[in-house]
Amino acid sequence: MGRYLLRRLLQLVPVFIGTTFLIYWLVWAVPGDPFAGKCGERRCPDQYIAFMTEKYHLDQNVFVQYANYMKNLLQGDFGQTFSQREISDIILTSYPNTLKLALVALAIEAIIGLGAGVLSGLRRNGFLDNLVLVSTLFLIALPVFVVGFVLQWLLGVQWGIIKPTVSSEMRWSELIVPGFVLGSASVAYIARVARTSIAENRRADYVRTAIAKGLPMRRVVGVHLLRNSLIPVVTLLGTDLGALMGGAIVTEGIFGINGIGRQVFRAIITKESATVVGIVVVLVLVYLVMNLLVDLLYAALDPRIRYE
Amino acid sequence: MSDILVSEQSAPGPGGSGRPSGRLLEVDDLRVEFRTRDGVAKVINGVTYHVDAGETLAVLGESGSGKSVTAQTIMGILDTPPGFVTGGQVRFHGKDMLRMSDEERRRIRGEGIAMIFQDALSALNPVFTVGFQIAEQFRVRRGMGRAEAKKRAIDMLDQVKIPNAKGRFNNYPHQFSGGMRQRAMIAMSLALDPEVLIADEPTTALDVTVQAQIMDLLAELQRERQMGMILITHDLGVVADVADRIAVMYAGRIVEEADVYELYAKPAHPYTLGLIDSIPRLDEKGQQLRTIKGLPPNLMNIPPGCPFNPRCPMAQPVCREKVPPLLQVGPARASACHFAEELVNRV
Repeated sequence: MGRYLLRRLLQLVPVFIGTTFLIYWLVWAVPGDPFAGKCGERRCPDQYIAFMTEKYHLDQNVFVQYANYMKNLLQGDFGQTFSQREISDIILTSYPNTLKLALVALAIEAIIGLGAGVLSGLRRNGFLDNLVLVSTLFLIALPVFVVGFVLQWLLGVQWGIIKPTVSSEMRWSELIVPGFVLGSASVAYIARVARTSIAENRRADYVRTAIAKGLPMRRVVGVHLLRNSLIPVVTLLGTDLGALMGGAIVTEGIFGINGIGRQVFRAIITKESATVVGIVVVLVLVYLVMNLLVDLLYAALDPRIRYE
Repeated sequence: MSDILVSEQSAPGPGGSGRPSGRLLEVDDLRVEFRTRDGVAKVINGVTYHVDAGETLAVLGESGSGKSVTAQTIMGILDTPPGFVTGGQVRFHGKDMLRMSDEERRRIRGEGIAMIFQDALSALNPVFTVGFQIAEQFRVRRGMGRAEAKKRAIDMLDQVKIPNAKGRFNNYPHQFSGGMRQRAMIAMSLALDPEVLIADEPTTALDVTVQAQIMDLLAELQRERQMGMILITHDLGVVADVADRIAVMYAGRIVEEADVYELYAKPAHPYTLGLIDSIPRLDEKGQQLRTIKGLPPNLMNIPPGCPFNPRCPMAQPVCREKVPPLLQVGPARASACHFAEELVNRV
């Protein structure tokens, strides 16, 4: 296990370097003048351009630029935006909001998705099963922004149950509806995977054995059946957490949440290349670590998987 | 309708007699059908057998004869749908289990009647340790604490002769060999000291040397604990050493029931005769193996008359018209053949 972990961690290094280089190269290779419109209506003064070119090593080739950038990054220096704001500052203020939203979405996915999946899987073709199938199809078919705007309008504006936007304190209770919007498609997928998995394992020999042992039905289902059926669900949840932590441009936008998704979107629009790279580097790192955690969790759930 | 058959066995009509008889476990005129998209398969058509404390009944039959389905119905683990019990009784200590509440039935499982399955690898839960799966019963059914349950589980592993039981406690099923897994399965089924043990082809998935060890172990444990044992098998060789009585099943019926020695010496049904004849013999080297010609009947369309008649070398016109009831043909033996007397009395 220890050796496996070490090997996996070492594997992260080339992946990390490869992806971040690609991002760096792509972002700076986007055509267009990085200083266009930076100085209002006027063309930027030559002095300013010279200063900025020097500061961001724009006159050097991309490899040197990247090496310089990584050297600073490893020392915790994410650099500055074109308006001299610390990029690490932007990440530190917006990322906690994204994490909070991601956790709420994940909890909703796990509770609603798994609950609906288990109940419908146990009673296949029953009323509840059909209800789950139809409603999940609905959620999968609807784009996130539709779900978001409809819920915001209905719950926030028409009925006044929630505030239409999330306040800057980011209270957990305010995040329930945005969390549901963000996780809506995944809730549906998880419910369906859980349903199939439960229904498949329901007829497994070891479930029959558990019944033959005279265990109470809730133990047969809650321990023997559920534990086996969780394996594909956890895999799905894990990969989804990686995606959720990458920020949610649409959901954050609808509910006015100052998250990492909004920041990266703004940075792309305004050609703040250094900011884009900085944020994406963090996201890549988070995603890689999440993937590793899922793999480890997978082994914890299924003892037949051994890492050698 | 010719497919509704009343086998006049120990006298019951459809639905069973319901008389308490002092037997430990009795199956009485049991009928089960599988309702599938393609039609209704009559899998069990009036099976009657019993087992008492301290005796071993072997239920013999080829695949699809209904021997496992009978066992599943006794245990209450029949897959419904497609399987439905349409008649008969399963009496445990004289009480019909098919009319008990779910909770009452659950309490009998494991404690009154326990079961061993054919393929221990799939029958054990892959994600829990073997020890956990045995200790679980002590914890859930006996309310024991973790430490005591573990001690008892290790003791069970010891009893089924698993070497280093203590060290094996924390192993997962896939870390056991095939024979060890079946031993663990036996330990699990015996944990609550059941009165009846149903072993559904316990050695089919094992290689021959291990088969003998497992059968010996089962026989030994059965003697020690004075359990009633129902041994389901298609292997005549396995039966001979272990069983007291044999019930031969064909197309969802018992076609012959007899003491093990009598059955081998003088089968009273042409099907049993065919089975015994098809055992390879060492003194007939170089000869072609004998077989029973034809295939078992399609259970959705069982032929009228005796279900064995299309394959029977002795078949007469009467066999195609009348279902032979299971009748006494001697002390403690019965046969469902119109010509049972002739078979028994031949020299």
